[in-house]
Amino acid sequence: MNNEITGAEIVLKSLAEQGVEVVFGYPGGAVLPIYDTLFKQNSIKHVLVRQEGGAIHAAEGYARSTGKTGVVLVTSGPGATNVVTGLTDAMMDSVPVVCITGQVPTHLIGSDAFQECDTTGITRPCTKHNYLVKDVNKLSSVFHEAFTIAQNGRPGPVLIDIPKDVQFAKGSYEEKNKIIIPSHRLFEPSPDFEKSKIDEAVELIAKAKKPIFYIGGGCINSGPKASKLVREFINIVGSPVTMTLMGLGVVGSSDKNSLGMLGMHGMYEANMAMHECDVMINIGARFDDRVTGRLDAFSPNSKKIHIDIDESNINKTINVDVPIIGDVKQVVEKMIEVWKEKKFKIDNEALKLWWDKINKWKEIDCLNYNNEGKQIKPQYAVQRLYELTKNTKTFITTEVGQHQMWAAQFYKFEEPNRWLTSGGLGTMGYGFPAAIGAQVGHPNALVVDIAGDASILMNIQEMSTAVQYRLPVKIFILNNEYMGMVRQWQELLHGGRYSESYTDSLPDFVKLAESYKAVGLRAKTTDELDDVITQMIETKNTVIADIWVTKEENCFPMIQSGSAHNEMMLSKDQKQDKKSAEKGKILV
Amino acid sequence: MNKSVYDSPDQVSETKRHILTVLVDNEPGVLARVIGMFSGRGYNIDSLNVAEVSNDENISRITIVTHGTSEVVSQIEKQLLRIVPVHSVSNLDEEGSSVEAEVALIYIYISDTNKKKVYQLCDFYRARKIENENNTTIFEIAGASERVNRFIKEINEITKVEIVRSGPVAISSIKKNEEE
Repeated sequence: MNNEITGAEIVLKSLAEQGVEVVFGYPGGAVLPIYDTLFKQNSIKHVLVRQEGGAIHAAEGYARSTGKTGVVLVTSGPGATNVVTGLTDAMMDSVPVVCITGQVPTHLIGSDAFQECDTTGITRPCTKHNYLVKDVNKLSSVFHEAFTIAQNGRPGPVLIDIPKDVQFAKGSYEEKNKIIIPSHRLFEPSPDFEKSKIDEAVELIAKAKKPIFYIGGGCINSGPKASKLVREFINIVGSPVTMTLMGLGVVGSSDKNSLGMLGMHGMYEANMAMHECDVMINIGARFDDRVTGRLDAFSPNSKKIHIDIDESNINKTINVDVPIIGDVKQVVEKMIEVWKEKKFKIDNEALKLWWDKINKWKEIDCLNYNNEGKQIKPQYAVQRLYELTKNTKTFITTEVGQHQMWAAQFYKFEEPNRWLTSGGLGTMGYGFPAAIGAQVGHPNALVVDIAGDASILMNIQEMSTAVQYRLPVKIFILNNEYMGMVRQWQELLHGGRYSESYTDSLPDFVKLAESYKAVGLRAKTTDELDDVITQMIETKNTVIADIWVTKEENCFPMIQSGSAHNEMMLSKDQKQDKKSAEKGKILV
Repeated sequence: MNKSVYDSPDQVSETKRHILTVLVDNEPGVLARVIGMFSGRGYNIDSLNVAEVSNDENISRITIVTHGTSEVVSQIEKQLLRIVPVHSVSNLDEEGSSVEAEVALIYIYISDTNKKKVYQLCDFYRARKIENENNTTIFEIAGASERVNRFIKEINEITKVEIVRSGPVAISSIKKNEEE
């Protein structure tokens, strides 16, 4: 047939039809035909990373900051195994990613060929779905299904493994709209989804005396309209709202109803309100153990409403009274409709008492820290970064550890999709490549990776990528020469024995930046901090800002593992009772 | 309550045997997805049986016997439904009425002293001798698992045996609207 094209051409044509603008990848033997086809076209841009792990985090950063699907292209064997961490990360945090891996030719599969591995076997538990495509004629339909699955329902990573002979073979291309995906392979909420549950939920909220909204990353995945509707509904009710790490930005930090983040390092008032509320409205969150603390003491007197697109999250760890399965924007839109239709009004007197109580908790000022002396406190560094960037369109990414929690506590987010952090998997090394992805998606925005000195070294090779593509990403290192969160746990739970948590022989980050032809800056004292931040923002190049912060600062407030929401530790002087400390020690 | 890093607060319901019927697309890797979900999340498989049941639609039917509290089993059902090629999951114990059966093949070591007893027992349980070219005594018994269990226990008391069992398959016996 005349209109037959090669498998590699089908790959590129499918990507183009799916609206893909950029692919993050690294070439190798088993994907050479695809790279050859890539060379001959101009519509899809390729960003060459320096290790495949960087490619998938970059795709995640791109996806989460733009709302589009991130695309990764890597070779077989080590190329595929290097993306496993990122696939798991995307799975845990529900990020839509399509990962294309090369595979040895079909006739060599199973022979322990060079750079062969069982990619679909290895990635089965860390993808939403994966494919090994042995027939070139199925390639286009697999691609169109893969993109749909990655974006549909609860988003996630999908992997397509393509043997090299299939990339060379000729076959026919089928267009997106010709592909019929059977409904059982997708999540389709029924149009009149559980109307009675919505009525029940809205009525419960209307009768509440101490309500609280508990907002998660699902609201962000549901799109910007979801955040708008959630804000609208909370405003109508006048209820306090708290957000998970993944949900920051759904409701603005400056919103009068916002209590900020909840959970292990969340706000005292948010956790206390969760503990004492009478109606909890969970929208797009999953009762993660970082959020709930000890389960038998979790919000003991509340009726719980849980809106989630993934039914397996319902009653997984916490039993709820009113589960609603569906997409946040559709469910909340219906809830607002019902509220207005039935002319519900909340008991304002009770609500005022509730707010009075919350305002009392706020007076504790749980984020208070001792900011004396010339040494820079990490909290202060983040506060200054916020003050000096708040009027610019800014995306913040983080690595994992103390700096991540300080960023979540002290950087104020007013909009969704501006905050990119590895929540579920907790992947050190996520932030820098994610920042690269975000910058590719938003070339003119300010993108800052708030990092730690240990985390940044996990993907430091991507400096080369950032400089090559003139991506003016800013790396803001809170440098305390420790794996700070490990050190904090060792101090609190292991008698201060800092086993292997000191990072000796750190590079000189300024010289490191310069060696990549980027810009290196350093602040050692509070006097230098603002100048360094300003210079960092104004530099039109990749920057590493090495901020020397106090070495043994701890991240507070904290719910130690094994404790409950109302047992928050506000400072080091406050000790956890011994029994729950012993119990908590075995937890992560 | 299911697993969590914390002790479960609610009263836990009793652990029970459940039979799940899972209809899946018959595509490569689908069984690995199902089994991997069980092992990855720490659930139990007591037995598992899979075969294609409709040629035209390319659908396989997996019968899984598992045990757990009703909370755990309900979580298993939801996790199964997340797997892309899974069409449907039904818990036959919850549907109320179902019929189940399994097949066992038993190689019986036979001698002049036990021959009579063996044949009597097989006769009693309606186990059928399978003719084979080596003329060894291989019996087939089909039926409810308890009956097979009893037979195996009793034959074990008489002589040495080698056993293979299919594990139960089951089907809902609830009356459906039959077309045609």
